[in-house]
This record gives sequence, structure tokens and C-alpha cells, in this order.
Amino acid sequence: MKLETIRELLQAEVISKCSNPDIDIKFAKASDLMSDVLAFSQPFTKPEALLITGLTNKQVVRTCDIAGVCAVIFVRGKSPSEETIKLAEECNITILTTKLKMYEACGILYSHGISGTPSEK
Amino acid sequence: MQERMKEKVLFEQKFEISGGDFVNAGDSSYKIKNILREIGIDSDIIRRISIAAYEAEMNVVMYAEYGAMHLLVYPGKILLKIEDRGQGIEDIELAMQPGFSTATEEMREMGFGAGMGLPNIKKNADVFNIKSTVGKGTKLNITFNLNSKND
Repeated sequence: MKLETIRELLQAEVISKCSNPDIDIKFAKASDLMSDVLAFSQPFTKPEALLITGLTNKQVVRTCDIAGVCAVIFVRGKSPSEETIKLAEECNITILTTKLKMYEACGILYSHGISGTPSEK
Repeated sequence: MQERMKEKVLFEQKFEISGGDFVNAGDSSYKIKNILREIGIDSDIIRRISIAAYEAEMNVVMYAEYGAMHLLVYPGKILLKIEDRGQGIEDIELAMQPGFSTATEEMREMGFGAGMGLPNIKKNADVFNIKSTVGKGTKLNITFNLNSKND
């Protein structure tokens, strides 16, 4: 699913400059635990994963960069700091924010065919 | 053992890590990732090394006073050596259990301290060695073979 479609579904706003609406998102994961994001990053060597999170610090972007996640959606209308946005632009990671809660955002994406990250092994 | 092999080091760089510096945490791993990309290492191996480096770096930031991460590139393998000065680990076996954590509330609020750090490092490594002395610090040697896929 195109990132632009996801943005529409979640009534989200793109807040980083490097937005690439044509990225084809295949999987999503939702977590506020960065180690969990890293632990389940196994299948992602291609930039096709989306992270849904309520955490907005710089480490979220670092984690996404390392785990191969290409876009992040912050839930509950949260906005990251300028520093976080700057780092995301450097790493070519698109940041969006939605007023929806995490559960609602996940539900909408799941019901539209975005699956969770595949289980390991 | 590794010392005895005396393999030729193709590239090496050392990165300093300050304990408690959450703002710059991850910078060294980011640099390592870019270096490996420039060298032309396979992207799957880069991802595994980056994850291990990042988890190790976060451990130093969270639990130690000071640390250094040493990247060594050999013809057939990559070695990450992380050495810190700090509280050390009392029970390594326990620390290796997924979910076990001694993280503070502050660390958890930052999204860390889920008790997945060391297990994540081990999972991504081909060879993983850990030594720790309580009150002194911890040493990690993490090896990645360049011609294997780990799993």
C-alpha cells in the first residue's frame, strides 16, 4: 500500500521533508519498545516497513534506520522535536503524525490489508 | 584465539561512547553502518552488525560511565569490540534471558530496557563473547562472518 494511501486512511500529516508518497508499505509494526523493533527486524532488508509508535525521541529514528523501517507514524497527535525531524530527513525516513490512538491506527491499517511483521523462522 | 590468528586488519576505527548521553546515543552505530556500506558489505550483514552495535551502544549509554566501540574489518569477518567502565553485570546468564532488565523508569520511557539487548546481540552475531566484572565494567566481542548468513 502506498504511503500516501496510508496517510489518507489515518488522516495523518507528513511532517518531514523527505516524504516519498510512492513507497510501497508491505508490513507494519506497532511498538513503544525500540528493542522489540530491532528484535523483529529480521525480514527487512528492503525499505517497506512502517512503524506505528507513541514515542517521539531521536532514538526512534535511529532504531528505524538500523532496523530498515522507512516510515514512522506518531499516534495521538504527537509531534517530534526539530532534532528528531532533522535526523529523519538525513536518514531518508518519512515521519507522519495522526490524531488517532495506536489501537485505532493499527486496526484501520490491518483491516485494509497491511499485515504484521512475519514471524521468525 | 583470535589474537593468535593474526589476520590482516583491512580497516579499523574506534568510537567513544559517553555513559548517560541519551541525545547522541546511536551515533557510533550510525557511523559504523555508513562505513560498512561504503566498504560494500552485504546489506543483510550490515543490518545484523548495526543492530548489535546499536544495542551494545545503548547498553553503554544506559549502564556505564564510559565506553569504546572498536570496529575491525578482516578479509573474512568483522569484529566489534565493546569495552566499558561501569557497574558491570552481576549474573550474565540472567542478563542473557530475553525480558530480564534492570532498566530504570527513565530508560523505559525512552523505549529501551525491554530486556532484549544482549539476546538481540547474540542472535545477530556469529560468535558472541561477554565478560564482566562487577564494579569495573563489561567487555563484548562480537564476530560476524562475511560469508555466512547467520541463519
